[in-house]
Amino acid sequence: MEFGFTTAAYVVAAVLFILSLGGLSGQESAKRAVWYGIVGMALAVAATLVGPGAGYWFLSLLLIAGGGAIGYQLATKVQMTEMPELVAAMHSLVGLAAVFVGLIAHIELGRVMAMGDEERHALEGFAALLAHKSGVEISILRVELFLGIFIGAVTFTGSVVAYGKLAGKVDSAAKKLPGGHMLNAGAAAISLLALIWYFNTGGFFPLFIMTLAALFIGYHLIMGIGGADMPVVVSMLNSYSGWAAAAIGFSLGNDLLIVVGALVGSSGAILSYIMCKAMNRSFVSVILGGFGGAAGPQMEVEGEQVAIDADGVATALNEADSVIIIPGYGMAVAQAQSAVAELVRKLRAQGKNVRFAIHPVAGRLPGHMNVLLAEAKVPYDIVMEMDEINEDFPETDVAIVIGSNDIVNPAAQDDPNSPIAGMPVLECWKAKQVFVSKRGQGTGYSGIENPLFFKDNTRMFYGDAKASLDSLLPKID
Amino acid sequence: MKIGAPKETYEGEARVAMTPESALQIQKLGHTCVIETGAGAMAGFSDKSYKDAGVEVVKTAAALWKVADVVVKVRQPTTTESKKLRDGQTLISFFNPAANEAGMDAAKKAGARVIAMEMVPRISRAQKMDALSSMANIAGYRAVIEAGNNFGRFFTGQVTAAGKVPPAKVLVVGAGVAGLAAIGTATSLGAITLAFDVRPEVAEQVESMGAEFVFLDFEEEQADGSASGGYASVSSPEFREAQLAKFRELAPEVDIVITTALIPNREAPELWTEDMVAAMKPGSVIVDLAAEKGGNCKLTVMDEKIVTENGVTIIGYTDFPSRMGAQASTLYSNNIRHMLFDLTPEKDGVIVHDMEDDVIRGATVTFDKEITFPPPPPKVAAIAAAPKKAAVPELTPEEKAAQEVADFKKETKTQVTLIAVGAALLLAVGLVAPASFMQHFIVFVLSVFIGFQVIWGVAHSLHTPLMAVTNAISSIIILGALMQIGSGSFLVILLAALAVFMTGINIFGGFLVTRRMLAMFQKS
Repeated sequence: MEFGFTTAAYVVAAVLFILSLGGLSGQESAKRAVWYGIVGMALAVAATLVGPGAGYWFLSLLLIAGGGAIGYQLATKVQMTEMPELVAAMHSLVGLAAVFVGLIAHIELGRVMAMGDEERHALEGFAALLAHKSGVEISILRVELFLGIFIGAVTFTGSVVAYGKLAGKVDSAAKKLPGGHMLNAGAAAISLLALIWYFNTGGFFPLFIMTLAALFIGYHLIMGIGGADMPVVVSMLNSYSGWAAAAIGFSLGNDLLIVVGALVGSSGAILSYIMCKAMNRSFVSVILGGFGGAAGPQMEVEGEQVAIDADGVATALNEADSVIIIPGYGMAVAQAQSAVAELVRKLRAQGKNVRFAIHPVAGRLPGHMNVLLAEAKVPYDIVMEMDEINEDFPETDVAIVIGSNDIVNPAAQDDPNSPIAGMPVLECWKAKQVFVSKRGQGTGYSGIENPLFFKDNTRMFYGDAKASLDSLLPKID
Repeated sequence: MKIGAPKETYEGEARVAMTPESALQIQKLGHTCVIETGAGAMAGFSDKSYKDAGVEVVKTAAALWKVADVVVKVRQPTTTESKKLRDGQTLISFFNPAANEAGMDAAKKAGARVIAMEMVPRISRAQKMDALSSMANIAGYRAVIEAGNNFGRFFTGQVTAAGKVPPAKVLVVGAGVAGLAAIGTATSLGAITLAFDVRPEVAEQVESMGAEFVFLDFEEEQADGSASGGYASVSSPEFREAQLAKFRELAPEVDIVITTALIPNREAPELWTEDMVAAMKPGSVIVDLAAEKGGNCKLTVMDEKIVTENGVTIIGYTDFPSRMGAQASTLYSNNIRHMLFDLTPEKDGVIVHDMEDDVIRGATVTFDKEITFPPPPPKVAAIAAAPKKAAVPELTPEEKAAQEVADFKKETKTQVTLIAVGAALLLAVGLVAPASFMQHFIVFVLSVFIGFQVIWGVAHSLHTPLMAVTNAISSIIILGALMQIGSGSFLVILLAALAVFMTGINIFGGFLVTRRMLAMFQKS
């Protein structure tokens, strides 16, 4: 029951984690993949508990059980529309845990260094590992520790702010303190100085300074990013929490931590990259916050928005053969997914071809719309990605836009001066008729005027998405 | 201002440039109207109906030219009429400026301003004054009617007690306004209609009118009509050959051919050659709407109907609009009225000849003793240019193979470079770092690599579950806390306990939420 067993268990756990992530390539295999993850985690925890260095295992189990109870409550009660907030909040926990673990390692390091030779031989577990380290290794250890705490702290405050923005507790507009990026750069410079200081002395104070600076960076960085970029931010924080775990793994000399941290880190990084590509924005510009400056005056939008009532929409839908629905964040806000699903069921019962077109950045989380539609029991094989369905709009009778704005903005293609110029969009205006369900005449999240609403074949169906759809449903026969 | 319409002097011309209806509208602009006696007779408008509309009727052309400030006409003025032009007078008429030097000179000398109706630019705003289109519309309709008049069979196919009648097959060459009107008329009479045009972008319009577009097997990019304001331009010899070959193939099948191919300011192109005529069935009819410009068929005799030796009737009339005098006059007078509307911006009976206006400038051929033809290109493009299609040449198997090899080499090159750079970096780290660190570092690099490989395969719709799972998995940090909880001071225990507690929330919360999400996905 010594190192051999622990290592073997770690290897199995690592493989299970890899399978768990890889299994998410399809809806069916994903259900199995979660179990791999759960078993892997259980195995890793059990092996660590019986392994060297652990003590108080009764206390540990108790704490895990307590935390688990809370986690269970949260996970079962949460609304699917609140998923982004939940994920962000959970990231903050991982970040904070990383900071704590880093601090513990620091304390341990100090304790072991202060011991005499004889005492060192009596140590076991992590402390024993520390005791056998040479001077260079101790230095490297300090750097790793330092990085782990730094990334953990950034993740923590960043996630808290992201949670606040997603939950609507903090104003979601991009905000910066006076000084902007200089403040971030300053805090980063302070952290770097603290690193050099810590590297040489190993004292607690530089670590403390750095933690404060990192907490500030996390806060300020995410405050500066607007609500529309939240999908990128959430997956970026996800990535950070992974890197923090990997850094801690280095300092503890624990390979499983390294493996899993690296897996999570790279997966988050790729997700962020995919999101950015879908918005045609560079990753750096998203991280640094806000939309890039417009190169010139935006195109004037001519014409007027023509409203339509439920009867008009119902008539058009009853006559249509093919319908494409484009959901956005507005559907999530209005909790309209089940009404949408009901509408789809009715239309499909009449033999119409009804499909969903999902833009990669619709909603506030990667894949947000898919989850909401799945919750409302919309079959996933009629839910299409942008690339799969964009060419079908010209042959479509009716396109219904429910609470999305920028992702259906033709200005991205027509107006080189638009802030979203070049972003791939769903070309719903090519359908014979477009209905837009929208609360009012204002511009959307990004504050950009949308020429779609002024097109000849577009009719505005004003009102809360759920109320509008509920009034529409009885009229579909 | 006094707007006057003389009687057309051209032999057989039935149209008139002002109808009682349009006169009423013109008077609303603050003008007064005058007309020569009998001007509307052939179009079915009596002098009395003009008088009822408040139009003054004068006895002679000379008197009319004298009193009118603005003369509106249909046909291009004759030499005698040109002499009647005087300083400051405005003439609105067809003028054929490209082949009417003498007329322009006369107008210039007299100091008259001439607006040529065929020069109205083809922009949306000016469509209401586009007399060429309104006349072409009539010509297209009438061409089918004339063809039917000379064709011995039904247009529509019928199965009757007395026997079966096959439908007539009509080929329309040139899908301009006249061509489209002819297509519409022919299909509504029940004929099978084929249509051809050198501008492939009109195929959609042709099909919308119910005809079948004749496509050529021709590789070269066909002329983009939008470059020349929506009119056809001269095609290459190869294209012409391909086109004629197609026509030769069709000639024995079709019963009626209507050719409308005109290129602005040029002789009409020969499209229906003598051998095609010879190949047609007896009793077939050709209507050549381009007869005025020499005809699309060289056998066409202008203004006449002939029958060839093999019994094919060729109609070369040039006065189709005039043959429908009442209809043509109504439309043309409306075009004129719209032009006057633009010339009278204040509706106060004062003509403002604004040479800054695209439409007016474009149509004006003489102004203040200057010849202003040809006009500069309009500021607004008539039709948005068709986006150039990216040329995707059909690759030969060898080229394909070569390309694949090149792609493969390129890919190999980037991969090798990446690996080389990565290895070099690893080596550099290995030189300074101790062995114990390198052990872990290798694990780290490999894990990052596996992560990259695995995540690309994750379905887009599962990105949210992926985030939840990775979130749960990142709670692996719990190991760090568990490993240390037993080995130290109270502070260590407290911090470790907190960390374990928090990650405990995360593990259960993360996995449960993921399971909830995944359970919802279902197939239809």
